[in-house]
Amino acid sequence: MSREAYINAIVVAVLLAVPLWAWVADAPFIITLATRIAILALAGVGLNIALGLGGMVSLGHAVFFGIGGYAMGILASHAQDYSPLMEWPFLIEGTKSMPVIWLAALLMSGLAALLIGFLSLRTSGVYFIMITLAFGQMFFYFTVSWPAYGGEDGLPIYVRNSFPGLNTLDPIQFFLICFAVLGLALGFSAALARSPFGLALNATRQQATRVEAVGIAPFRIRLVGFVISGMITGLAGALFADLNRFVSPTMFSWQTSGEIMVFVILGGVARLFGPVVGAAIFITLEHLLGGVSDYWHIYLGALLLLVVLFARGGVIGLLSSWRKASV
Amino acid sequence: MSDPLLSVHGLSKRFGALQASNDITLDVRSGEIHALIGPNGAGKSTLIQQICGALRPDTGEVWFDGQNVTPLSVAERARMGLGRTFQISSLAMEDTVLQNAVLGALGGHGAPFRFFRPVLKDAALVARAEEALARVDMLKFADKRTADLSHGQRRQLEIAVALTLQPKLFVMDEPMAGLGASGTKDLTPILSALRHDAPILLVEHDMDAVFALADRISVLVYGKVIATGTVDEIRADAAVREAYLGEDA
Amino acid sequence: MSAILLIEQILNGLQFGVMLFLTAAGLTLVFGVMGLINLAHGSLYMVGAFAAAAVAAATGSFFLALVASLAAAAAAGAIVEVVVIRRLYNRDHLDQVLATFALILIFSEGTRWIFGSFPLFLNIPEALSGPVTLPGGIQYSLYRLVLIGIGLAVALGLFLLINKTRLGIQIRAGENDREMIAALGIDISRLYTIVFALGAALAGFAGALVGAIQSVQVGMGEPVLILAFVVIVIGGIGSIKGALVGSILVGLTDTLGGVLLPSFFKLFMDNAAATATGTALATMAIYILMALILVVKPTGLYGAST
Repeated sequence: MSREAYINAIVVAVLLAVPLWAWVADAPFIITLATRIAILALAGVGLNIALGLGGMVSLGHAVFFGIGGYAMGILASHAQDYSPLMEWPFLIEGTKSMPVIWLAALLMSGLAALLIGFLSLRTSGVYFIMITLAFGQMFFYFTVSWPAYGGEDGLPIYVRNSFPGLNTLDPIQFFLICFAVLGLALGFSAALARSPFGLALNATRQQATRVEAVGIAPFRIRLVGFVISGMITGLAGALFADLNRFVSPTMFSWQTSGEIMVFVILGGVARLFGPVVGAAIFITLEHLLGGVSDYWHIYLGALLLLVVLFARGGVIGLLSSWRKASV
Repeated sequence: MSDPLLSVHGLSKRFGALQASNDITLDVRSGEIHALIGPNGAGKSTLIQQICGALRPDTGEVWFDGQNVTPLSVAERARMGLGRTFQISSLAMEDTVLQNAVLGALGGHGAPFRFFRPVLKDAALVARAEEALARVDMLKFADKRTADLSHGQRRQLEIAVALTLQPKLFVMDEPMAGLGASGTKDLTPILSALRHDAPILLVEHDMDAVFALADRISVLVYGKVIATGTVDEIRADAAVREAYLGEDA
Repeated sequence: MSAILLIEQILNGLQFGVMLFLTAAGLTLVFGVMGLINLAHGSLYMVGAFAAAAVAAATGSFFLALVASLAAAAAAGAIVEVVVIRRLYNRDHLDQVLATFALILIFSEGTRWIFGSFPLFLNIPEALSGPVTLPGGIQYSLYRLVLIGIGLAVALGLFLLINKTRLGIQIRAGENDREMIAALGIDISRLYTIVFALGAALAGFAGALVGAIQSVQVGMGEPVLILAFVVIVIGGIGSIKGALVGSILVGLTDTLGGVLLPSFFKLFMDNAAATATGTALATMAIYILMALILVVKPTGLYGAST
């Protein structure tokens, strides 16, 4: 096993062991932290497909995170006040069932990614960064000004949605749901990277002219990669909304996009477990430093700056080459 | 196949004041190596780009395999069997040699939208890739990272990737570029053998290689084809000697 | 809608647009010359506003406040360029995005640390407050009118700077060919610091001028930054002319959209629904404009086509 594989195994073990310990020790707050880590890592796993595999520097992934969140918020709010979502041309009722909500989140964020990707991927490089950021802002302002689902104030959901056979109100059970979804996404992501599509996407990032010259249209490859990436981040948004039982335009904000990107980078771009490590470090720091200083973002900024300037490959990159470098 | 595999009719392309292609007409027939030569800035790259689909001509048409391909994209032309190599190696440098070749096979096969099964477990694709690598004597480096290859090995891999498409026509943009005398000597028989797979439109600066390989030569000067003919005809052509060979000598 | 209201809104849009131009100009220059995408440009806008508010509070002079905004933003820009930014020129865009995102965190929290979380207020100077009567009997804010004038004057100044001065020649050389500047014997790192500080000063100046009609608070820079990105995407990266045209287009679209769209929907909807739909759509108007321009011309109105 490579050093990176060891690190990955340790990360998974810790992410599972800590909340189980907290469950035994009756520390639900720790379980909630771990759940946050799992969900935000999932959002990062989504972005990592666009960013790491496809080289698409999207600063607008909050759009998909937010759409996933609002898919949950809208469906659940209609279910909780027993009003149909729409009656024409066909009836759609609200729901409190997680699997149905997830499906809606995947579908809607996929559609949004298709549209945004179709427009943004006509450009590349710095234009792409700016445009994805701008589309993110568009959704943000739209949700702020659209009053039907809470507008600026957001939308509370009183009871967490249900999952067949489980009690989602129990923190450890909800954590295990999120952990399982993260595991599935990681498995999918690993398979994707080795698949024919993964080979093509990865080659498109490195040398699009080559991909084109062997008969594969880079635009389509990138677009499909962007859609898959957006869908996974959208699923994370639905879970995040369920964790907080609240959705608000903040999920669409540019800071959210930036933070999802930070998870990916902090851990290590294009490394399978990069987002998991990144999210774990971010949330742990937020918890620890947030207790020490109100201004913990300064330390986060400084850390991020150091990682970018001096530790390319992120924390996993640093750890897996540490010994090699010193020996 | 009696009609030419590739034919270019009256192709013109202008960039501002520069007439990069001026009413170019030429063809490539089955089994031949047709070399395209000309001084720097003659418009060879612009012509190649238009043949491969990366640039749209202002006027004129490109016909390939009995079809007008002028409106088609690079990828569509590649899928029709147009295999090209680049003047500056364009390979996925982080990937292995085998992965680069498999990518070519994948493109030729036309099924890149498969998301689960590992591509390197696809026996048909891998076999095709390995066969192409063997043709240019690169199979022994299959697991090497492309970035770690020498310049000459990358040139060979370029050709192998084009081979994985099992193309009907090769378009090679200076395959000998930067190889030096011995590298050029090694590559010459490989290219010569390829004409039995598919004809080659060969852009090349190395005159010894061109004269050794080409069945026909077209000479491009200031965006215009000033002569087309066999090696002997071109050597004897007064206009060519004056416009081109004379400058070199 | 009355013609007077419409003219008033057009002026508002113009004012918004020229202030946006001050921010976008620096961003596009920095990208054009150094190839750097700088998310922290909005932070420099904020630094200018805070410096102005602090100096105005201490001295009571609006003029000194403006000088302070220019100086503080230019200094912050120069320091950041020397300490961090110049390490990023040869990095890929992803590294640039992350490092400048980190700078936003540091600037924002640092400012919150020094000035606290409450917004500061910067008052319009006595002499410029109040309305002025325009031809046709339109009452309009004198200060906003002055902002339009200042914005256009700065735009003119930038054109002259780029087209007529030695520095301008160097900047244009840098946009076209980096190796050429070295060949001309120009000190590149000094040129880069000057360009970055110039862009920062313009952003800080805009922050102070706009701060007087809005509030001065942490986080004020990022919405402007993102709008400036939209402007640059519309105008074409690296083009000052594109930044000016893009800014005014965005300013007018945003302001007029906010007024016209709700009235438009009132033609066939009831009042409340029309206001809601119109307002929601108006917030998206500039992004729709951006998308349309992208479809027609992916490199922006004045961008070099690739």
